[in-house]
Amino acid sequence: MLGRRGALAFLAVPPFAWLALLFVVPLGVVVAVSLQPASGPIDFASGWPDTVQYRQIVETPVYVRQLGFSLLMALGIAVSATVLAYPVAYFLAFRARHRTATFLILLLLPFATSFLLRIMAWRLLLGRDGAINWMLTTTGLVDEPSGLLIYSRTAVVITLIYIWIPFAALPIYAALQRVDRGHLEAAADLGAGPWTRFFRITVPLSLPGVLAALFMVFIPTVGEYVTPVLVGGPDGVMYGQLVQDFFTRAGNWPLGSALAVAMLATTVALVAVAIRVIDLRRLTT
Amino acid sequence: MTAARRASSAIGVGRTRLPLGVIYGVMLTFLYLPILLLFVFSFSTNRGLTFPIEGLTLDRFAAAFDNAQLLNAARNSLVVGVLAATAATGLGLAVGLAAMRFRFRGRQLLVGLAIAPLLIPYVVLAVGLFLLFNLLDVPRSLLTIAAAHSVIALPYATLILLARLVGLDPALEDAAMDLGATYSTTLRRIVLPLLGPSLISAWLTCFIVSFDEIAIANLLAGRDATFPVFLYGQVRFAQQLPVLIAMAVLLMIGTLAITIAATRIRSRD
Repeated sequence: MLGRRGALAFLAVPPFAWLALLFVVPLGVVVAVSLQPASGPIDFASGWPDTVQYRQIVETPVYVRQLGFSLLMALGIAVSATVLAYPVAYFLAFRARHRTATFLILLLLPFATSFLLRIMAWRLLLGRDGAINWMLTTTGLVDEPSGLLIYSRTAVVITLIYIWIPFAALPIYAALQRVDRGHLEAAADLGAGPWTRFFRITVPLSLPGVLAALFMVFIPTVGEYVTPVLVGGPDGVMYGQLVQDFFTRAGNWPLGSALAVAMLATTVALVAVAIRVIDLRRLTT
Repeated sequence: MTAARRASSAIGVGRTRLPLGVIYGVMLTFLYLPILLLFVFSFSTNRGLTFPIEGLTLDRFAAAFDNAQLLNAARNSLVVGVLAATAATGLGLAVGLAAMRFRFRGRQLLVGLAIAPLLIPYVVLAVGLFLLFNLLDVPRSLLTIAAAHSVIALPYATLILLARLVGLDPALEDAAMDLGATYSTTLRRIVLPLLGPSLISAWLTCFIVSFDEIAIANLLAGRDATFPVFLYGQVRFAQQLPVLIAMAVLLMIGTLAITIAATRIRSRD
């Protein structure tokens, strides 16, 4: 027998508790561990908190440079995937008509394909004995298979753009679907050409979806470490690999935690600034 | 909607001169070609990830089913996926109902928290959970992976169920409760049947999110690896790859079927 208050408690307490334990507390633990004075085992007794780990990050150019590079790569990947996804989403929202459901599923299937499998596909394409090199050598365009395609920053960027395109199309499609067809008709009646209508009505109204797509690609890409390991090689190292290495191989948890916090803080700050600058509310009204 | 759209296209609204269908086709080809290539490759006799394909065989699939470790990893992924999807869907339903049917302080915080895991780089959460489980002396296992996956799948469940709850008239529940039903009876007899398809779709989506996840699982896996973690650990051994890819292709067919089902079910609502 649940009253209304009881019902609310029954519904709200479990998710609050679950998220507190498995989301909020772990993030707090990362911050706490990052403030340890030494790189030994976890110990909050002596000299805690201390900013020595952060000082070490700032004083080590390779960390700062890696973070900068990874942020730039993530930004480039997010922008490229969004730009490439836009026409696809536009087609789905405005042109696919009664076949929208089918076309949408067709777009989603590659995204539902195993992440690792899609990376392996690019290894098969870009590898030294891979498909692209085979095509280039058999058609005589190059004499020797090139080892330069794979294990580079470019390979990481191409693979990740490929992976994110279908995902980026979803929020854009959702925004385009909500564009009031009446606005477009009104503009047409008033003599606006197709491009004017597109840039003055469709694009501004779809911007919330575009921003969502940018963030939804940018944020996970900043911390990505699997793709750079598999197709990046030494030249395509990303910041997420550094973080992860301190917990698996190097075993320096405080420094790894500080690197993780630095990444999270920068990412959150950039997203917050972007939202402030672009002012979502003005766009949507 | 369809009628309005037909009318608008008749007068040429929303028409640009770009061949959008062609662009869509090209993009789809770009998205499918690498996957198809890998699919064909899983039938090849090649000894590593090389091209061209030297011959065709079904041996890889037979070898995959002979590989106990590989089968075990696939089974582990299934277990983790079922646990994580069930937890995430249940919690997502609770978040959705609390947020849509009740006014209380902390309502926005609850929804914000439930969606927040989508908005942080996974490696940070992975590191946090890794440290937390260490501090609490919880041994890393399939259960720790499932717990972590329930958190990252929760935003998907919440968003899918919120979208459905927005369109569901609360008067139906009020009527049931006015007629004397308890809240739990109302949930069981009114809300859950109405939400049914969305719940299934949310569960399937969460399952896929978990089944495919590697960044977190890789840090939290104990001795028992999930399939992506196992595959990731074996990538260095080139001769192993064709067999692993054959297994991955088989699993992919399963997840694709699930995705189609999830999308179909949702679009019927």
